[in-house]
This record gives sequence, C-alpha cells and structure tokens, in this order.
Amino acid sequence: MVEEKPQSLHQIVDELYRSESRRVFATLVRLLGDFDLAEEAMHEAFAAAVEKWQIEGVPQNPRAWLVSTGRFKAIDTIRRRVRFDESLGEIARKLDSEHDDFAAIDDEKIEDDRLRLIFTCCHPAIVPSAQIALTLREVCGLRTEEIASAFLCTPPTIAQRIVRGKKKIREAEIPFEVPKLPEIPTRLDSVLSVIYLVFNEGYSASSGENVTRRDLSEEAIRLGRLLVELLPDPEVLGLLALMLIQESRRAARTSATGDIVLLEDQDRSLWNREHIVEGCRLIEIAMGSRRIGGYTLQAAIAAVHAEAVRPEDTDWREIVALYDVLQQIEPSPVVSLNRAVAVAMRDGAEAGIALIDQILAEGSLADYHLVHAAKADLCRRIGRKEDAIQAYRRALSLVKQEPERRFLERRLSELS
Amino acid sequence: MKFVCLGYIDEEAWRNLSEEESKKLFEACMAYDNELRQGGYFAGGGALDSSKNGVTLRYKENQVDVTDGPFTETKEQIGGILLLEARDLNHAIQLMSKHPGVRMGPFEIRPADEAMNLQIMEAANRLADEQSKS
Repeated sequence: MVEEKPQSLHQIVDELYRSESRRVFATLVRLLGDFDLAEEAMHEAFAAAVEKWQIEGVPQNPRAWLVSTGRFKAIDTIRRRVRFDESLGEIARKLDSEHDDFAAIDDEKIEDDRLRLIFTCCHPAIVPSAQIALTLREVCGLRTEEIASAFLCTPPTIAQRIVRGKKKIREAEIPFEVPKLPEIPTRLDSVLSVIYLVFNEGYSASSGENVTRRDLSEEAIRLGRLLVELLPDPEVLGLLALMLIQESRRAARTSATGDIVLLEDQDRSLWNREHIVEGCRLIEIAMGSRRIGGYTLQAAIAAVHAEAVRPEDTDWREIVALYDVLQQIEPSPVVSLNRAVAVAMRDGAEAGIALIDQILAEGSLADYHLVHAAKADLCRRIGRKEDAIQAYRRALSLVKQEPERRFLERRLSELS
Repeated sequence: MKFVCLGYIDEEAWRNLSEEESKKLFEACMAYDNELRQGGYFAGGGALDSSKNGVTLRYKENQVDVTDGPFTETKEQIGGILLLEARDLNHAIQLMSKHPGVRMGPFEIRPADEAMNLQIMEAANRLADEQSKS
C-alpha cells in the first residue's frame, strides 16, 4: 500500500483554496448578493480555516464549512461597516431575516451557483471586454495582473474594466441567475469566448516559468462540460471538442525539463486517446447540425492533426481547406497566420513566408512573437539563415514565457 | 501583493474643516484602518505633516540644491501613506474605495515593485555580509 504523505494544514488549506475558492465565492455571491462582500468573506473564511482547523481538525465537508463561515464573517463585517457604507444596512437587514440555511449550501446548488456567476459576469448589459475580465477574475479566480498579462495590457486597464463591470451589475440590478432558454443563444457567445480564453490561459500561460497551468485548462473543460449538459448547442460542443483535443497533447507538449516539444516532434503515443475520441465524437454531432461555427472548425483542424499517426501523414490539404472556411466566417490575423503555416506545409516554405510577410505588413500582429517565430522557422527550413536569425531575434525580444524563450534561444544558437 | 497607497489632501480644505468635522473624519479613518488591520490587509503607514514643513532636494550643476516644499502647482499634496496587502489590484481598489480618507482627496494605489524590492534586499544582505567580513 502506498502510504499517504502527511500534509500540513497550510497545504490542505492552500489546496482547498485552489480547488474550492471559486465555488465558495459563487455561493457567497448568491447568499450575500454582493461581489465585493463575497470576496472578502471568502478570504476571511479561508483565514479562519487555518486557525480553527488547527484545533478542531478539518471538517467533514470543508466547502460547506467555508460557505457557512464566510456568511457569518460577512454579517460581522457588515455590522461593523454600516457606518462607512450605508448601503450595507439593507444587506444586513436582509441577512438577519434569513436563517443560516444549510440546504442553501448543498453540492448541486453550488454547481448552479458557478453557472449563475458565469452568466451574470457575461451579461449583455456589461461591455464584452469587462465580461471577459470579470469572468476570469470572479469565476476562475485569476488575479487582475494575470488577466492583464493574458490580454497584453496593463493591470489598471483590466482593473477599471472589472470595477465598471461590477458597478454595472449593481446599478443595472443584473439578476444572479441562469437565463431562461429563449435568451440563452444570445448570451452564449460571450460565455464561450470567455471559456476559451480561460482554457488558453491554462494551455499556454502568457508569462512566467511554466508553459502550462493545468488547473485552468481543466477548469475551462469542466465549465465546457457543464455548458454542454445545460445547452448542447453545436458551438458549445465544438468548443469542448477543441479544448479536449488540444488538451490531449499536454503530456507530449513539454519535455521532462519543461521545454517545448513541437507538434511534429511530439511522441504521439503520449496523446490522450480518450480526449481525442471524445472530441471527434463531439465534432461529428456539431457538424451534423449543419450550423457550423468557428469553434467547431478549429476543433476539426485539431482533429486532423490528432488523427495523423505520423507527422508526415497529416492531411494539410484538408487543414488548409478548413482554414479557408474559418477565415471566411471569422476573419482574423491569427487565423491568417495559422493558415499561412498550413499553406507552407502543403505548398512549401516560400509560399508560407510570403503570406506571413503580408500579415506583418498589415501591422496588427507585428508585436506578436509567434509571427516572427513562425517566419524564422520557415526561413530556417529552406536555409535562409540570416532571415531566420533576424526573425528569431525579433521573436525573442517579444516573448514573455520562459520555456518559449528557451526554445527560441536554442533555435537561434543552432543557427549562429 | 503589496500596494503603496498615497493619500492626497487639499491642505487648505483640511484646515477649513471644523474641529468636530476633522475629529469625525479622523476617527472614521482610524476605525477603517483598524478594519484593514483585522483583515490582515494593513501592512503599515503614517500621516505626513504639511508640505510647507518639507523641503525638496535636487541635484543641480554638481551640487545639491534645497528648496522649500515640493515644487508643484497642484493644491493636493500627499497627506498620508498606507501600505496595503491585497490579492490583486482590484482587491486593493475594493479595500481603499471604502476608506473614509478618499473623501478628502484622491488616493493613488501603486503596486510595490516586488522584483526591485527583492534586488534591494539581496544587495542589502550582500553589503551587510561584506561589512561583517572586513
């Protein structure tokens, strides 16, 4: 038998914070009806856990304990603070009139609370940029600074979006609820884009030591599954499929030393077949609906890669064809860049470089390190050494993530 | 994360408050600071005397020049500093928005430069080491 390593209380609480804090927060938002109050109550509940559990031991249901403690802490705080903030008086009266209802903290309801929270944060009355920032912070627990780095902008910009978003929720009295069925399609687009951004933050963290932050991707997939259950719209299936197929490569994407392994060099036996099979099944259902959207197309592209036993078996014609459709329904410079790389694989590096040069000339991606890295790689393949060196240097000057930096430096040193 | 909160006040407006008003505001500020302390958010701070009692040093033409007060045309001067421990910028904003001091003038919230502070600490340790050896 494997003996379990004894964990310190701090470790247990830290782990619980990671796994439960957002659920606890969502439920506290429902119980308290206020984001800021819920956030402080949640922090205080975790701080109290460290103290109390030292003496009393970890409770049977830590999540319910945290919610209940958070609620009590909030009532205390409100009573103390009424003199600073008169608007709290009403909340205090409301909370006083309610009993501490443990039925309000059952597990199923807590799952609903997360969905309520995501639909509230993505409410159409809130501007899209604030919806995304708000959801990442409140639903997924990212810090303002992490969101800023994911969006390549400064923390004050994100902070203001979040402040305004919360203000809007308060002022427009946006209800904390999952929308009724007829409203759902219109509310879904922003929810999907938020989930995908969360996934990407976990799949390829925008800065820092690690290439991946697994818990965020798992979080996004979990949210995706929850949405599929609630609302099996083709694009909801498409998004989940896309995330699953990308996630299937996680073990193969990085070496034991944490370095990046490119798709063509990956050990394909490490790919998670279960994820791929599940993803492909979802794509089939989504494609069968005849309402094919951007997520489903991206998933289909990822599936072509996933189905190739060896890199040379990849059906690049199919991939370019899928990118052509994607570019029509959702034109973006990033799609053009990916299409350029696929064209290079189908028609040769020169064709790809020409397309990348067009993208660079267009300008909006000039500071995106992957454009330069892609160009550098294509130049390297056909022996345009000087161009490759120049592009790798440019990519290096823009890259923010440590393993990516190491990868680019390795490639550059191989050339010079 | 640590945040340095700079509280600005209009000194003239502050002086024009009645004794009762200023006492009330002071009490409210202290009560809220205490609130922050209880939550583990207050990491230090203090009030500043009038900018009229301060001087500004500037390095000019190879020597240090001393002038009265800070050289700004604005009415608002830094009246106090608060060191805040918060999870992120929005948490800091949320905590400071409820501070009664914000009614007297703007608050500037600046994240501490943790990387620089680490460098400063390392340099200080290194210099202390060197000193103890010599």
